[in-house]
Amino acid sequence: MHELSIVTHVAKTLDELAKENHLARIGSVTLQVGEVSGIMTDYFTECWDYFKKKNPLIAEAYLKLETIRAVTFCEDCRQEYETVRYGRTCPHCGSEHTYLLTGNECIIKEIEAEDEIQSSG
Amino acid sequence: MRVIELHRSVTESNDQDALQLREELRAKGVLLVNLMSAPGSGKTTLLSRIITDLKEKLSIAVLEADIEASVDAERIEALGAQSIQVHTDGMCHMDAGMTRTGLEAMDLSRTDLAFLENIGNLICPAEYDTGAGLNVMISSVPEGDDKPLKYPLMYQKSQALVLSKMDALPYFDFDLEKFRERVLFLNPSIQIFPVSAKTGEGMEDLEAWLLEETAKWKGSGKRA
Repeated sequence: MHELSIVTHVAKTLDELAKENHLARIGSVTLQVGEVSGIMTDYFTECWDYFKKKNPLIAEAYLKLETIRAVTFCEDCRQEYETVRYGRTCPHCGSEHTYLLTGNECIIKEIEAEDEIQSSG
Repeated sequence: MRVIELHRSVTESNDQDALQLREELRAKGVLLVNLMSAPGSGKTTLLSRIITDLKEKLSIAVLEADIEASVDAERIEALGAQSIQVHTDGMCHMDAGMTRTGLEAMDLSRTDLAFLENIGNLICPAEYDTGAGLNVMISSVPEGDDKPLKYPLMYQKSQALVLSKMDALPYFDFDLEKFRERVLFLNPSIQIFPVSAKTGEGMEDLEAWLLEETAKWKGSGKRA
C-alpha cells in the first residue's frame, strides 16, 4: 500500500548504519516481509530499483526478499492456524477471539557491505 | 563484502522519531491529536465546530495534511485558528518526520491543543506513529456500519472514535448497536462519541473529553 515510503525508511536506516560503521557501499539488503503486512513484493522491488539510483550507497544493492508466514492464534481453543487461508475466524472451533502471531512484519534482516578504505596515517 | 545482521523493523526509525516528538510536545504542554478518517468523513467540518465552541477556552492550531490543494487550511484560518497546510506530494500518510517539519513552521508557544488532520485514508495512516499524544478516528454514518470489519487496524490504534454525521442516521441503514459492538470487539477501551457537527448533537461530550485530555497532558508535562 505504501511501498515507496517503506523504501525511504529502509534507505534512511541504511544511511545511518553506514555512517556508524564506516561503510562505503552496500551490496545486498535482505528484507523479511510478512504475508499479511500489506506489502506487494513485486511493486516493492520496482520502488527499490527506482529509489536506489538516487543514493550512491545503495545504487548497486540487490534486494533479497524473504517471506514470513502468517500464523493466527485462537484464544478459545488455543490452537494456531494459517491466517491467509482462514482469516480471522478459527477453523478449529469457529471462534473470532483470535490474534495474529506472525505475518505483519517488515524487518531488515541483514546487509552485505564493503568498508570504507582506511586512509593510512 | 561482510555481512551485518540487523534484525530491525523498518518502522523502527520512525517509531523513535515519534517517541522523541511526543516527549518534546509534552514538555511544551501541547497536546497533538492525530485525526484519521476516510475522505469526506467531515474532518474539517468537525474541526471548525470544535474551534468555534472551544476558542474561549483553548488556543487551537491545525496542521492540515493533504496530497495537494489548500482548501482545508483556508477554511480553518477563516475561523481565526492558526493553520498550516502540509503537502505530502502523493504520500498516503504522515510520519513523525513530516509532522515535525509541519509543526516547526507554526508558533506553538501559546498553543494548548493541536490537530493533525491526516490524509483521508483508512489504511496507511494507522501504520505510522506521528508522534501525537492521542489518535482519534472519525467514521461517518454514510460510510456504513461495516467499516470496522474492513479496516480494523485504525480502530485498534485509536483512543477515541467520533461517529460523525449523526443527523443523517434516518436516511441510512446504519445499525448503531452493531457498529458499536464491532468497534468494541476490536478495541474494548476506545471511547465512542456519536456527533453531528451540523446540529451540535453530541458535541458537548466530545469537547468536554478534549478539554479533560488537554489538561491531563499539560499536567503530565509539568511532572516530567
